[in-house]
Amino acid sequence: MLIEKFQHRHAAHCESGVVATLLTYHGVEISEAMAFGLSSALSFAYLPFVKLTGFPLISYRMPPKFIIRGMAKPFKTRFRFETFRNPDEGMKRLDELLAQSKVVGLQTSVFWLPYFPADMRFHFNAHNLLVYGKEGDEYLISDPVAEEPQRCAAIDLQRARFAKGMLAPKGLLYYPEVIGCNRVSAEAVRKAIKKTVRIMLGPIPLVGVRGIRMLANKVKGLKNDEYALNFVGNIIRMQEEIGTGGAGFRFLYASFLQEAADITGLEELRELAERMNEIGDGWREFGLKAVRMIKGREAFDQALLSNMLRGQADRETEFFKMLKRAVA
Amino acid sequence: MDVDGVPQEGNRTLGVHRRGMYAKDANGRMVLVPSRGGEVDEAVTVQVIERMDALAEDAKSRVLAGKTAPLEYWMCNKRMDVALLSQVTGFWQWRIRSHFRPEKFANLSQKTLECYANALGLSTEKLQRLP
Repeated sequence: MLIEKFQHRHAAHCESGVVATLLTYHGVEISEAMAFGLSSALSFAYLPFVKLTGFPLISYRMPPKFIIRGMAKPFKTRFRFETFRNPDEGMKRLDELLAQSKVVGLQTSVFWLPYFPADMRFHFNAHNLLVYGKEGDEYLISDPVAEEPQRCAAIDLQRARFAKGMLAPKGLLYYPEVIGCNRVSAEAVRKAIKKTVRIMLGPIPLVGVRGIRMLANKVKGLKNDEYALNFVGNIIRMQEEIGTGGAGFRFLYASFLQEAADITGLEELRELAERMNEIGDGWREFGLKAVRMIKGREAFDQALLSNMLRGQADRETEFFKMLKRAVA
Repeated sequence: MDVDGVPQEGNRTLGVHRRGMYAKDANGRMVLVPSRGGEVDEAVTVQVIERMDALAEDAKSRVLAGKTAPLEYWMCNKRMDVALLSQVTGFWQWRIRSHFRPEKFANLSQKTLECYANALGLSTEKLQRLP
């Protein structure tokens, strides 16, 4: 069974890619950038008590499922979410939905997906992909982070859907049940931007620009050891390696702001998109400097890296204040 | 970032894949550009892979020295740690650590071995030996 007229799209990020492709298939033609911005997914958080590969989580976006859920109000949608107690049930249900010609979103582990490059397979359970058909024992997968559609044997997909550990998917599948509105309104865009401003300039010490400053302080206090180099490497990994579209989603957000300018008619958003692009460049410079130190081409300089982070915090503070005024 | 600034030098950890990145084109528009990756993303991925490989190598030499069970090697090989293996199997962490003792591991029930093997994506035969 193959769902006709389904179009795979390459994206920078899994959840925003899945949402954009799925909604587009249902007649709501949106880009990944719009899905990302409209759900107010841009963020920053330094969570020292949550460990990934032994190092603290640095997140540049709001938690998993935020993007999917963020489509509810703007498009008056209702997504149906289903989890399963056992894998057989979960696979049967997927087959049932495919037989009804539904394109289905899945949450999966990355480690057990065979088409992922071996070096990229870590234990991360909040990956998203779409299934749009089945041929024999293989499922036809539209994984947004891959350029082309993929195939995955049932046994592997089952393993990936039911992997245990943190953020265990439990076979989660989802699809839109109702879509009440298929266009993006200027009001929805403004609301979404205001929410992002509140998140980034908010009072919680670990989140937003305060979180960036907190991380800057942590980096300043690192010793001259293996742990410190790995700590810094981990920040850059979260920023660049895990599919953020570059610079921790900042370039993706710049793309959203350009579309936001088109929809709202607020030309200032176009200038702010350019500012966001420059802020993204600042993050990438930080990444490059850190990697030079990790590779030993420069001496490890905690104060320098800390100051670069603080500089990013200052730039983002100024930026989000300007963004707030632009949509007031 | 401009389109021509998107890293294309290559990142060996990406294999044949290209990652999507957003950059400004000649018309000033942000667009999705497939990237082969570059030095920065390669270096930080290699860093964590080498860290995990070192743990596996260390476990392997301790298995050969009779100091730990193959279970510990396979856990590291599959990029897990005791905390994660505990979450996946449902066994308490102290219990997993006790199973690292070679004499304890050698006497584990088939059921327990199957539980570990399943968690690690291996056969019970493979689990009981080094590769």
